Amino acid sequence: MSLAIKDDEVDIVIGALRSDLTTFMNEWRPMFSQFHLIIVKDPDLKEELKIPEGFNLDVYGKPDIDQVVGSSTSILFSGYSCRYFGYLVSRKKYIISVDDDCLPARDPKGFLVDVVAQHISNLTNPATPFFFNTLYEPYAEGADFVRGYPFSLRGGVKCALSCGLWLNLADYDAPTQALKARQRNSRYVDAVMTVPAGSLIPISGINIAFEREAVGPALVPALKLAGEGKCRWETMEDIWSGLCVKVVCDHLGLGVKTGLPYIWRTDRGDPIASLKKEWEGVKLMEEVIPFFQSVRLPREATTVEECIVEVANAVKERLGSMDPVFARAAKAMLDWVKLWQSVGSSSSRSSAV
Amino acid sequence: MATVSPTPLLKDELDIVIPTIRNLDFLEMWRPFFQPYHLIIVQDGDPTKTIKVPEGFDYELYNRNDINRILGPKASCISFKDSACRCFGYMVSKKKYIYTIDDDCFVAKDPSGKDINALEQHIQNLLSPSTPFFFNTLYDPYRSGADFVRGYPFSLREGVPTAVSHGLWLNIPDYDAPTQLVKPLERNTRYVDAIMTIPKGTLFPMCGMNLAFNRELIGPAMYFGLMGDGQPIGRYDDMWAGWCTKVICDHLGWGVKTGLPYIWHSKASNPFVNLKKEYKGIYWQEELIPFFQSVALPKDCTTVQKCYIEISKQVKAKLGKVDDYFNKLADAMVTWIEAWDELNPSGDLSAKIPNGATK
Repeated sequence: MSLAIKDDEVDIVIGALRSDLTTFMNEWRPMFSQFHLIIVKDPDLKEELKIPEGFNLDVYGKPDIDQVVGSSTSILFSGYSCRYFGYLVSRKKYIISVDDDCLPARDPKGFLVDVVAQHISNLTNPATPFFFNTLYEPYAEGADFVRGYPFSLRGGVKCALSCGLWLNLADYDAPTQALKARQRNSRYVDAVMTVPAGSLIPISGINIAFEREAVGPALVPALKLAGEGKCRWETMEDIWSGLCVKVVCDHLGLGVKTGLPYIWRTDRGDPIASLKKEWEGVKLMEEVIPFFQSVRLPREATTVEECIVEVANAVKERLGSMDPVFARAAKAMLDWVKLWQSVGSSSSRSSAV
Repeated sequence: MATVSPTPLLKDELDIVIPTIRNLDFLEMWRPFFQPYHLIIVQDGDPTKTIKVPEGFDYELYNRNDINRILGPKASCISFKDSACRCFGYMVSKKKYIYTIDDDCFVAKDPSGKDINALEQHIQNLLSPSTPFFFNTLYDPYRSGADFVRGYPFSLREGVPTAVSHGLWLNIPDYDAPTQLVKPLERNTRYVDAIMTIPKGTLFPMCGMNLAFNRELIGPAMYFGLMGDGQPIGRYDDMWAGWCTKVICDHLGWGVKTGLPYIWHSKASNPFVNLKKEYKGIYWQEELIPFFQSVALPKDCTTVQKCYIEISKQVKAKLGKVDDYFNKLADAMVTWIEAWDELNPSGDLSAKIPNGATK
């Protein structure tokens, strides 16, 4: 059950990697129309955006990005990373973000899944990262903490990030999808759960929500593959960003949830073609995961920004020499923090196109 | 399209351990699924009472007199008047796998209305690897229709052996007494179609109602503690075993899964009786959780028994001051291991003695 959320506390941020958003917006209209939307156009996209009428939105494009960020920063808001610009300029408490090739899913009873309501419910109910509840989300209706769950931990902690899932085209990597070309995800797992503290997870950017005020600066547009492309198979930016967020949340005692809501991800792209590009990303994970598993943040890092700076420095020190992509990521993280402090926290906004 | 191979029955490799003090009527409903297997019945309470086992099952039954006869003075580690006595069944079993179930648990139906073969699902869980080092957001990656997600390192995709499969319950959920008192009418109707590995370093409350494990791997850690008659606490037997087991699995690199299968839990025990049993536990678990979270097992603890003895030492050292009960429990843990090793010499389970089935 979602708690009452004022509609003006939510921004829905969409990174537009394709120009025609008509179907996308119309399909999401029942769920999105009461909220403010921020649409950020991929700077590499040449065509004009086609957006249907009847929404309360702001659209940002390359000129806006250049004006706000300046060309001197190394952060590239191209491709899937364009959405981070939306996170930067939003002034709302909660942000919900889905890829522009996703549509509303239906639950097993045939009802449309309200992705906004579920994400908000996840974010406004506490998370329970310190002990695993075998009945999953204890605050869900019809559930509770099980026998053996310590009472002192039942208050939970704030949930800063909510990671949703995908029916139809699951977020597999290119090798997996190429091997199982016809496999589609049809399993609707009716659960939300807190990811335990100290455990890392691959956070897909396809369907996420977060409390901007709590962790905004930790979602970093930093890891740009040399061959990064316009399919999710050709990126790792969200995985990197998610690992940063999880490490920071663990350190600051914030929670991350995974599970519901589902979206329906449409078939798009060719995994075999992407294999050539994304092989780089798959290889990098072998270094990335052990690094994040061993990162330790000092006690003095008490804000999200301080934590990200610490992680960035550790990246530079321990991964920088392994691959130039890491050195660039470290720099991008530091630039992002500075940007967040100057633009992200200020009350003024650049006007929409 | 890959063909899904059928789950092996493992009927000569798995024992079903059932503690009971009432009757075994529930077995009738399980007959289609349990009949191929050997049962170990651990009769709690009055040993002069005869527990009738339904016709057609292959079983051995142990009452308190048998436990005393077989273990002698070491029988003191086996609880009386508590389902914790079931762990005696683990000790005398000669099989590789154990499935344990309570006598008020019945066959559940999945959302399509089909009867759930819980044992088959547990076997699948135990025979497929676990993935404790990195969480897979699509849950069990080895399940048909699922896989590892983008970002999951390939070097971790082989997984590790699964030691424990923890199933769940529809209808009466496994709540503690305070929660039962506040929500007497709540029923678990949510069928969560997932199995997942509990990450390394994370503890969980293990329920013994619907539980399977690889006895060869983790058996000695499945001691269900001192509960019931003459003890200050009850309903923490499986919890205790679960915390010890998880710490040891984490140390030795094995996995613990939770989720499917569901059984139908029919009986809600009396919450006031439960409250009396759990009362001390509710306070003590506040000390127990930090204790287990901080247990560090030295590198030379390379067997389950060594790990377990080490934990018992730390229990005495750190929990003895919480209550003298923990001194007794630590001693009982040692007794348990001694008894286990006596009944299972050199861990050699290949020297299987044909079961002395009591028909």
